[in-house]
Amino acid sequence: MTAVVPQNDREAKASTPAPLLPRLLRFVLLIVGDIVLIWILARMVSLGYLPLAAALLAIGIFVNVVMVRREAYPIRWMVVGLVLMALFTIYPIFFTVWVSFTNYGEGHLITQEQAIQQILKAKYLPESGRAFTWTAFKSDDGTYALWLQDTDGNAYLARPGEPLSQPQPGEAGIGPLDDKGIPETIEGYQRLNAIRAATDKNLTEIQFGEAGSTVQIRSPREAAELLPLYVYDSAQDAMIDQQTGVVYKNLRGTFTSPSGEQLRPGFVANIGLTNFQNFFASPALRGPLLRILIWNFAFATFSLLLNFSFGLLIAIMYNDARFPLKKTIRTLLIIPYTAPALLTILVWRGMLNPELGVIDRVLENLFGWAPPWLTDPGWSKVAILIINLWLSYPYFMLICSGALQAIPDDYYAAAQVDGANAWQQFWNITLPLLLVALGPLLIASFVFNFNNFNLIYIFNAGGPPMAGTPTPAGHTDILISYVYNLAFTARRGVDYGFAAAITIVIFFIVGTITLIQFRYTRMWEEVGENV
Amino acid sequence: MSSTGFRQRLRSSSTLQYKVSVAIRLVIAVFLIIFSIFPILWVISASLDPTGSLATQRLIPRNIGLDNYQTLLTSGEFPFWKWMWNSIKIATIASLLSLSITTVAAYAFSRFRFRIRQMMLRGILLIQVFPALLALVATFLMIAQIGDVVPFIGLNTHTALILVYLGGAMGINIWLMKGFLDTIPREIDESAMVEGASHWQIFTRLILPLLRPILIVIFILNYISFYGEFVLARVLLKGTDQYTLMVGLQIFAGAQFDQRWGVFAAGALIGALPIMFIYILLQDQIIGGLTQGAVKG
Repeated sequence: MTAVVPQNDREAKASTPAPLLPRLLRFVLLIVGDIVLIWILARMVSLGYLPLAAALLAIGIFVNVVMVRREAYPIRWMVVGLVLMALFTIYPIFFTVWVSFTNYGEGHLITQEQAIQQILKAKYLPESGRAFTWTAFKSDDGTYALWLQDTDGNAYLARPGEPLSQPQPGEAGIGPLDDKGIPETIEGYQRLNAIRAATDKNLTEIQFGEAGSTVQIRSPREAAELLPLYVYDSAQDAMIDQQTGVVYKNLRGTFTSPSGEQLRPGFVANIGLTNFQNFFASPALRGPLLRILIWNFAFATFSLLLNFSFGLLIAIMYNDARFPLKKTIRTLLIIPYTAPALLTILVWRGMLNPELGVIDRVLENLFGWAPPWLTDPGWSKVAILIINLWLSYPYFMLICSGALQAIPDDYYAAAQVDGANAWQQFWNITLPLLLVALGPLLIASFVFNFNNFNLIYIFNAGGPPMAGTPTPAGHTDILISYVYNLAFTARRGVDYGFAAAITIVIFFIVGTITLIQFRYTRMWEEVGENV
Repeated sequence: MSSTGFRQRLRSSSTLQYKVSVAIRLVIAVFLIIFSIFPILWVISASLDPTGSLATQRLIPRNIGLDNYQTLLTSGEFPFWKWMWNSIKIATIASLLSLSITTVAAYAFSRFRFRIRQMMLRGILLIQVFPALLALVATFLMIAQIGDVVPFIGLNTHTALILVYLGGAMGINIWLMKGFLDTIPREIDESAMVEGASHWQIFTRLILPLLRPILIVIFILNYISFYGEFVLARVLLKGTDQYTLMVGLQIFAGAQFDQRWGVFAAGALIGALPIMFIYILLQDQIIGGLTQGAVKG
């Protein structure tokens, strides 16, 4: 009887909602977060960053739902991780797709909204427009006023958003005029001297006077009734020149006149499948790309075969509990794996330097000849394979010796009874069992090497360069380093759109390989089990 | 060579044969060790060679001196300590955050049963297919856009780099951690539940202490990978003072590598030795963490 009471008590506790204070705190934080998010979204939309704004909006809605709905309680535990993943891993994948359909790159770096704003700043002086000399006044709260004088001796006071007026001294706070006819003071304003006015960057941006007939500063001497040179017509998606009437239509991200004149800056625009067509069909690009693709596969395949067999060989040799100094040997052999790869690749770059590096100096002394590791396409590839072997054999040695110990001794005993020799045992027992156990890791390693940017880029920056390619490419470049060059180092201008298109192609290659991995491993099914 | 190893296993009765085989394997081991540690020895020697250039270096320097270290640490040409500090700061913050966020998430995946759980686990696995490195261009453009609105998460900020690291590390770490959590019997939770403990109490008071060894291993693995990361840092960071050690040394070595070889070697050693030391000290635990999946299969 007594045991029942606390149980009832607990049930009661469990069914009441969570304590008030944490709930209140959660809602306050959520509302603050939402306000910040809305502000960020508004800014992004005004800048034209629509894909990013859409992603943030979706993430924001998700977070709100999770925080408000009670049945989403388990998701609250992981919401931070999910948001980080959504924003920094998933969104970039979609954004890559989006970029691959655009001309994002040199000359097309900003959004259409930003480009229109910049182009609309251009002004012209219409025939009916008047020109003035000007004197600037600045108020304490940062607003400006101009005192304008035309050639006929008329003087005007101009403020942003108000029609020009012709006040006399004494009216509207205007102080006495000096010998040039300029008021010495205006109430609430400070007169700027010529130097301060000429260096004030805000001044040239401000439109004084009423909308439609505004006065703007053109030069340190002159202000004039300028009109915007262009008007944006959203129906035609075109810029119209007010002086000549020429229509500049949006042509693939540049406003272009019928005669081919272009307005700068251009902007990011959808160009459909052009980037992909270039990838698959452009003869100038196909040459280097095909070579890069072949080397990319060859590099990943040879690296895997070489590193795995070397690691396996060592693992088999020292897979012997009684072997003397086993631990010491292992420690010394994993050293290449322990240092940051970037640093050791640079060290290899120094050691393999033709003429100056230690390896070539030694070979030179021994044989009178040494390979030009950095300048010859073939030797450069050999060097990369050797360095990769040095970098990764310890990993394969470790995973192989782990897997070897997991193979039951009975198998070998049974094989011996059947009269199998060591070689047959290796091919029929050891290797198949190892491949099953290590399959996922081997495929992961293949994918890793397929995109082993660090090794390629740091050893020789993809070099030696191929001759006569339209964009920089090297004989040891793989796709990802080629993409990097296109996006970040191209001498003829960056091309994010094309780089993204190649990235999509890599996505497909990597995705296919990994799907094969899923088919051959139990990883996928493991999710289903109630573990 | 491999057949020697196997014949050995077959005929272990013959002691003489075994001794010969061990001797041969020891000789091979010497060659392997030379291959393995020669580059490291060469860097140590380079860093101690006062001539400091690639061409004049010998394995055992004629005069041993710390000139290169002095140049590295006192010359105002490159802020080595600043780079080192940036690397340590970024790696520490990113690994700590990553560890706490993923452990909490993995606990939920391991202990709660909810409708979209399997879908989410599969989704996370699927996303891991695409290495973060691949979306490099998009990540760069995205950070540039974010920076236009929220400058402290823009290009050339450590915040942006850390967030990108975190996003990339989530999936694999959640899976890894969920695997370890699944090995802790649920009976422990259930008995505590009967005592009236909340999930949060169970997680912090019961589960976390049990997880401590594996948390340390994952922290170290994350730390090492963030510390050694190059590409994202290279693309996102622009100012010399913002560089991580890897970016700084790579750019420093890129220009006049021949002449700066000795100084570079000193920098590389200072940058690499702590990591190598941790690795070798904790090799059993780290290797255990690395090969978990392999040996289990």
